[in-house]
Amino acid sequence: MFKQKNYLALGAVILVALLIFSLPPRATGRLKMAIGSLFLPLLGLASTAQQLPVAAADAVLSRRELLQLAENLRRENDQLKVMALQTGATARENDQLRSALGWQRQVPWKLKLAKVIMRDPANWWRTVEIDLGSRDGITDNLPVLTADGLVGRVSSVWPTHSQVVLLSDPNCKASALVENPAHDTGVINAGGPLDNSFVQLTYLSGSANLKPGQGVITSGLGGIFPKGIPIGQVVDSRPVEFGLYTEARVKLFVNLGALEQVWVLLK
Amino acid sequence: MTALNSILIFAAAFLAVFGEAALSAPRNLLGAQVDLLPVLMVYAALNANITIVALLAIFGGLWFDALSANPLGVTILPLFAVGFVILSQREFILHKLSFAQIVLGAVACAVVPALTVLLLLTGGGQPLLGWGSLWQWLVMTAGGAVATPVIFAMFDWCNHALGYKPRTETSFRPDREIHRGRK
Repeated sequence: MFKQKNYLALGAVILVALLIFSLPPRATGRLKMAIGSLFLPLLGLASTAQQLPVAAADAVLSRRELLQLAENLRRENDQLKVMALQTGATARENDQLRSALGWQRQVPWKLKLAKVIMRDPANWWRTVEIDLGSRDGITDNLPVLTADGLVGRVSSVWPTHSQVVLLSDPNCKASALVENPAHDTGVINAGGPLDNSFVQLTYLSGSANLKPGQGVITSGLGGIFPKGIPIGQVVDSRPVEFGLYTEARVKLFVNLGALEQVWVLLK
Repeated sequence: MTALNSILIFAAAFLAVFGEAALSAPRNLLGAQVDLLPVLMVYAALNANITIVALLAIFGGLWFDALSANPLGVTILPLFAVGFVILSQREFILHKLSFAQIVLGAVACAVVPALTVLLLLTGGGQPLLGWGSLWQWLVMTAGGAVATPVIFAMFDWCNHALGYKPRTETSFRPDREIHRGRK
């Protein structure tokens, strides 16, 4: 009798699993959202807990250190203001030249700041959840970046939060361009499971002449990432497939293991 | 197995999943996140009935997959497989011994991710795998081994603190006491 009950439970669990697997993707997405939203009340608690050490550290900072910090920030702000003026002038000049040539005008980036609220609990995916969702205008496949460079793209969107697949995940591929005279292009692929700061730049031509330290930026091909977002720097390269292609290891500019705030690039 | 114990198991599973998603310190320090669901499954399989084991596999798996990029429901079967095997053999397991708990925790924490990845690969998924995954697997196994006696002790303490103590019957009856000597 006891064994029969065990086998009944086994059958029931298999049935439930098969039922969930056979659901259409839209229904699975909704179910995932509904279950994921159970954790939302805990998120506030977690962010408060994370901010407690920061608040404690702030409380013990001396007045002299704070004044020094404020002075540094003021100086940096002044430098950035001058740079913004120069960039504005360059952008205006660029617009004039583009209109003179009859090229399409470049649209300025529209960015939205998001907070990273959770990470993927599984070790075989590299995703994070951010606190912006469809009600904030977020849609699938929007690029996500920080001031240092590219982070990844939005992969799933729910009303209050979204999932971002990071550059080090196998499901996030980006077309990239090496900043060398030949402008070699390749595809950014996931690196190893342990090191979050390196990715592979694959499908570079066999004759690509790469040197350590050369910058890698998005090429604009593929339609997801606009051209010119910094990705990282070439560390080393090697020929693969009997010299048919070249593969390079790229050190990312962004520390994907310590993301706290990111910018979502709206369309 | 009391209702309180069942509630504690589900609450612990919910908090464990949330903790794994919210706290990135183990991942930053050791290169892998330790999964506590298999540990809780070991506890449930040794102390609860098949219904609790099945419900823990379903809800724990769904909670984990909802916060992960896993396809929904993929963790249910590996969790239940571990729980089912332990439950069917629990008469032969000396589950009060710390050594048995450590071995069971290590095995459960090694088997669940391996089966999950196998299911993902069978379903056409492309999880991030490489030589580094072996290290992650070792960390998960060792983490599970360490966490299992702790979880068992924690549940024992909770049951002791929150549950009713069983009434002990003694053979002593005051009305049958023989008083010796003069009154």
